[in-house]
Amino acid sequence: MSPRTFELDALLDSASILVCCGAGGVGKTTTSAALALRAAERGRRVCVLTIDPARRLAQSMGLTELDNTPRAVADVDARAGGSLDAMMLDMKRTFDDIVLAHADPQRAQQILANPFYVSLSSSFAGTQEYMAMEKLGQLKQDGTWDLIVVDTPPSRSALDFLDAPQRLGRFLDGRMIRLLLAPAKAGGRGMMKVFTAGLTVFTNVLTRILGGQVLKDLSLFVASLETMFGGFRERAERTYQLLKEPGTAFVVVAVPERDALREAAYFVERLATERMPLAVLALNRVHTSGAPQLSVERSRAAAEALDESGESSLTAAVLRIHAERLATAARDRHLADRFVAAHPDVPVVQVAAQPNDVHDLQGLRVIGTELANGPEASAPISTTRKKRAG
Amino acid sequence: MSDFPSVKLHVVTGKGGTGKTTVAAALALALAAGGRQVLLTEVEGRQGIAQLFDTPPLPYEERKVAVARGGGEVYALAIDPEAALLEYLEMFYNLKRAGSALKRFGAIDFATTIAPGMRDVLLTGKVMEAATRERRGGGRLYDAVVLDAPPTGRIARFLNVNSEVAGLAKMGPVRQQADSVMTLLRSRKTAVHLVTVLEEMPVQETIDGVAELDRVGLPVGGVVVNMVRDPMLPFDRIADAAACRLDRAEIARGLKSAGVEASDTLVATLVGEAADHAGRVQLEERERTELTELERPTYELPMLADTVDLACLYDLGDQLAAQGLV
Repeated sequence: MSPRTFELDALLDSASILVCCGAGGVGKTTTSAALALRAAERGRRVCVLTIDPARRLAQSMGLTELDNTPRAVADVDARAGGSLDAMMLDMKRTFDDIVLAHADPQRAQQILANPFYVSLSSSFAGTQEYMAMEKLGQLKQDGTWDLIVVDTPPSRSALDFLDAPQRLGRFLDGRMIRLLLAPAKAGGRGMMKVFTAGLTVFTNVLTRILGGQVLKDLSLFVASLETMFGGFRERAERTYQLLKEPGTAFVVVAVPERDALREAAYFVERLATERMPLAVLALNRVHTSGAPQLSVERSRAAAEALDESGESSLTAAVLRIHAERLATAARDRHLADRFVAAHPDVPVVQVAAQPNDVHDLQGLRVIGTELANGPEASAPISTTRKKRAG
Repeated sequence: MSDFPSVKLHVVTGKGGTGKTTVAAALALALAAGGRQVLLTEVEGRQGIAQLFDTPPLPYEERKVAVARGGGEVYALAIDPEAALLEYLEMFYNLKRAGSALKRFGAIDFATTIAPGMRDVLLTGKVMEAATRERRGGGRLYDAVVLDAPPTGRIARFLNVNSEVAGLAKMGPVRQQADSVMTLLRSRKTAVHLVTVLEEMPVQETIDGVAELDRVGLPVGGVVVNMVRDPMLPFDRIADAAACRLDRAEIARGLKSAGVEASDTLVATLVGEAADHAGRVQLEERERTELTELERPTYELPMLADTVDLACLYDLGDQLAAQGLV
């Protein structure tokens, strides 16, 4: 079973937005950075929007703290005329910026100090996803870049990323908010009477559980948001639409493990339902061996023979390492094949397991090359590295 | 002898992919051994427990999922914030019927997703309720409760519920609930265990997580190092192997005498694979040293060759017990 062949470079040369998504811990940020670097060195002006990258990976791109402004990454090969900017999303500041841009200074300060706002902007489960989308919209509007690569937040589930913006939008634009607003706005307008009985139960319960102060804070917060920008949902809807535009493509990232591939499968199916363009599945940490002809069984038998004869414990150890690596490679291949069988239309690119974590541009280039050309199965990584360095 | 004799609530956290659910389940089985009753809970709606124990998705109801060695029992509960809220309303306010009205107005949605800290108060509140039950009639009595908690990056904020609620509700039932949850969490009856693997990011997150828990005054328990692999090379060969300096002539001779054709390419490939292996061993050793500097009780669990099944869980639980976590 072989997956569809896929021209990654063609995608990097033509896309305008690439969204990398997948379960937590599969290397999304590294993949995003590697794709962005490769596109930049192929001549495109690229911005990579990362969310919560590992410290040393961030440092390799010159990112030292949360910063909402994309900054040029040093040491990118610019001979093809491209460039790479990187930024780390500051979700609270992105939210604050929306408030500051849309409200007069006094009201803005009121909103920023409201406890509901503070919680919503810094810890609500969907805010990070929503703000990533918001920031993507802003970067796109800016027009400075040919390609924007987005690393999605480390959600509980990969699907949160698609749902959270709408959930937040729906809530802020929702019925409860309208009800909380209604008494203040329209007194006893006719339509309201229908709801009155339910509303009384509702406010009573809330008051009993939360206390009166909380309700007051809440209605104040809602009222100030409402006057600031009606139709939060519209905003969420617009960013959502951005993801369906031509030029946008999704890269689903996974590793050859059951849970990660299950998440990837959900995501692939969901993208199809939403008619969003899935470009490719990037499978990280795939084990390969340069000597598949020396089978697991044969290696183990040879190691045992050496143990018995007491001839070379070093050779026996090396053979066992090889056997383990081949067995892991077989397991990885089996899982990948199962995914391909279930999703024959999804192209798959693979990256070999790296002996160390990636935290420099050179490491990202290696990943980028593998994403484009496949892992170098002909040689183990350590010797490949040496070859490249020399 | 257990390192945590006074602990009744074991909170298990860890970075995604480190196997925290597996460790939580193994810990529950170990705690139940010898006839004790243990509740294993999850709060993230992932149904990880059901997958692990190979049962249908868990409802909001305590279900027996395993019998431990020596007759103990492990029950499991997937805590859902919406159901917890409705239960809470019924318990304290006799307001079950108000539930549907609340739902209609989006209030349940509000309380469980957006009201600051409410979701976490509801989730931790339910865990506390199960851990502090005293007499029959209030539900099954447990000797211990294990919580498969949110990941390391969010654990301190998740458990430190009262700080968020405090900014909001200065009095009233929600505040009281948050306060009593915090009293339990800060007591000697609770320990927060961190699961990690010997890789750079998970170890860094573990170190950050411990510091964060210390800062907010939550009791850090042990560090469980999961998926540990034994080095396959003798200790004194690791450095040479990592530098691709293993004796190629010796390997070639060894291969020949074992009847394997020793081409230069094959020898070079094997030396390269040994270098990858040795590099990883060195990295793991560095990470292990970093963890040692935390000066917390540390437990190690081996990498399993196959997918985790119930038999493995018993085995992992035995290893945790043998090392003193239980």
